[in-house]
Amino acid sequence: MKKANDHGKPDAGHGTVQHSGQKYGMVIDLDKCTGCGTCMVACAAENNVAVRADQTDKERTITWMNLYKITNGKKFPHTEVSYFPRPCMHCDHHPPCVSVCVATATKLDFNTGIVSQIYTRCIGCRYCQAACPYGARYFNWWDVFPQDKGMDRYLTPEVSPRMRGVVEKCTFCHHRLMRAKRQAYAEDRRELEEGEYITACTEACPAEAITFGDLNNSKHKVSQLIKHPYAFRLLERLGTEPKVYYLSSRDWVRRLADNFLPGEYEPVVNRTWAEDEWSTKPGRDRF
Amino acid sequence: MTPISFEWQWNIEYAVFFGLLYVALGLIGGGITFVAIRTALQVFGFMRERDFHD
Amino acid sequence: MDSPLLPHGVKRCTPGVFFLWTLPWLALLAWGGLSAVLCLWKGLNQTNMSNVFAFALWIVFDLAVIGLGAGAFFTGFLTYIVGRKELKSIINTAVVIGFICYSGAMAMLGIDIGQPVRGWFIFWHANIHSMLVEVSFCITCYLIVLAIEFIPLILGNRQISKVKELRLLGHNLHEIMAVFAATGTFLSFFHQGSLGGMFGVMYARPFAAREGFYIWPWTFFLFVLSAIACGPCFTILCTKLAEFLGRKKLVPDDAIQFLAKMSGWLLALYMVLKTFDYLGWIYGVVPRAGLTFMDFFNEGPYGVWLIVAEMIFCGFLPAIILLTPAGRKSQGWLILASLLNCTGIVLNRFLFIIVTLAVPVMPFDRFWGYLPTWQEWGIGLAVIGYGFLVFSLAYRYLPMFPKETELNPLPVE
Repeated sequence: MKKANDHGKPDAGHGTVQHSGQKYGMVIDLDKCTGCGTCMVACAAENNVAVRADQTDKERTITWMNLYKITNGKKFPHTEVSYFPRPCMHCDHHPPCVSVCVATATKLDFNTGIVSQIYTRCIGCRYCQAACPYGARYFNWWDVFPQDKGMDRYLTPEVSPRMRGVVEKCTFCHHRLMRAKRQAYAEDRRELEEGEYITACTEACPAEAITFGDLNNSKHKVSQLIKHPYAFRLLERLGTEPKVYYLSSRDWVRRLADNFLPGEYEPVVNRTWAEDEWSTKPGRDRF
Repeated sequence: MTPISFEWQWNIEYAVFFGLLYVALGLIGGGITFVAIRTALQVFGFMRERDFHD
Repeated sequence: MDSPLLPHGVKRCTPGVFFLWTLPWLALLAWGGLSAVLCLWKGLNQTNMSNVFAFALWIVFDLAVIGLGAGAFFTGFLTYIVGRKELKSIINTAVVIGFICYSGAMAMLGIDIGQPVRGWFIFWHANIHSMLVEVSFCITCYLIVLAIEFIPLILGNRQISKVKELRLLGHNLHEIMAVFAATGTFLSFFHQGSLGGMFGVMYARPFAAREGFYIWPWTFFLFVLSAIACGPCFTILCTKLAEFLGRKKLVPDDAIQFLAKMSGWLLALYMVLKTFDYLGWIYGVVPRAGLTFMDFFNEGPYGVWLIVAEMIFCGFLPAIILLTPAGRKSQGWLILASLLNCTGIVLNRFLFIIVTLAVPVMPFDRFWGYLPTWQEWGIGLAVIGYGFLVFSLAYRYLPMFPKETELNPLPVE
């Protein structure tokens, strides 16, 4: 049945507001993250990310979920290390990449909060890559197809592989949302349960550091976690309004999530990991 | 790009952008058409060739 | 051998010498052709562009040549709309330079995008909120205008103008040139501005981001101003080079001096506004992002010297030279000032493109460096080869300089 073009807006572009819809977001607990990289691998496997034989050129590899290693910069014995998984932030309201795309190949869907990428529309001008401060967008510099017979069977059937010349990025495993909605529809439901739609990285993380859900739904864990005093976002000052939140009890980690002039940063907790093993204290997740 | 396109929205932003574009294209197209017609009329003798001042 | 094609009453070198002259430019075109084939066939991995440097040498060249080619629309505006008669001796040159610059830029852009065959999506599926869409529409339409302005010059060739229909076409086009010049001015204003707007709207990149007026960041207006400040100087440089190589005067002094004076005043105005822009950025946008001015220049070769060069040596200095009558009238100082002026605009574009991308925004991200590959240089330099070739052909076979015969009367035989 042909739907009218609602331009992805909850009010169907007519100015009459209906219910606000979902706003899918993610909370990554950096105190739990061990830096194992399973999220990176799960993401690449789930989303048919092109992998070249030689991946050493980090400027041109495609890592929708990218793991950074950060350190507090102090010398032994005060050195602390943390790992920082960085998917696409799916910025809200006015994503820096959406407004600059020339061919409308990327859109913010106001009903789900997901910033989509349409590979068949993308002309590969890379303006969105220039605009994104997180480096979350990746360009296909090569054509990478499974070379050997039968190797294409490892591809996820619901995710289209990309040819060279187009930009791609984390989609919050949008195909899994489609799968969950189809399942719910078949079971005569219109609402998705929490956990019915989660991203591959959320599912794969062995430390359960990633939580995914609807930020607008007060019953979902993510909507509670983002109110935690330890919650912060990456480059919040720029006004991108990311939907990916981080939790850390360590102030030096929080300091590295944004730029601060001297005296601007206000500590939430003035303790280091070595000084106080905060996360093993009972009642840590209750606030 | 045109009102029959899928993405077209009837709002002020589209109106201003494409309005100005079509005015510019119209001027260019109109100018070329005018010159083509005038040249054809002059070639076939329906119009006098004007003195050309550089 | 080709003397029937040469304009009346002018001296040109022998065809053999002319052929030798074209060889280096043909070589550059061949290098560019090979690079283009490689990039289209094997993909953009032939370049050193990366997920960090999404824009690189080609975009710098594009913005630079479009800025330098602004002399075409501005001289057209001054000649046909404002009515400065003395510029009629140089308008053809400006149009040819503009045509070279814009067609070269479009060709480079065709290779630059990852899916060239989908290039038409910019028009058909346009996102009107994107500054790059605005740029694409306007430079395409303006290239059409430039072609229309170029046609009467081609039709003015000695042999072609013997054909009555073509001569009439040329004359009729010329008569309504003001319409095309006005449309070209409008289109050019917007795309020169939108090229600046492209970088100013990137609010998540503090190095490039600017505040502005309504939807237009200040870079919009500054890019237009810098383009019309340096475009005439580039026209002067090309004319002086042609005069040097042809060993004859081609354009009367009044046209050159007028363009130089205009450039001087516009450059001076631009430098004043650019100073305010830098101050507003250093004390507004930058601290709001939690950064200081020196944070952008901590590492790598892109240091503060670039800003000093852009503002002082390639900004205020040429403006002062061009504003003083003695500076304008002296050949050496005029050429130096024009060179510095044009270098300044290239530096400005370079800063907005390369340094914006080199500087990390996330505190734990690293600074990256970039050097182009030979394929990138091939395509960039091919535009220069193409420019020399087209300009040379136009100079040899077309009545590009209306005052040439007057300034170089042939001896009576």
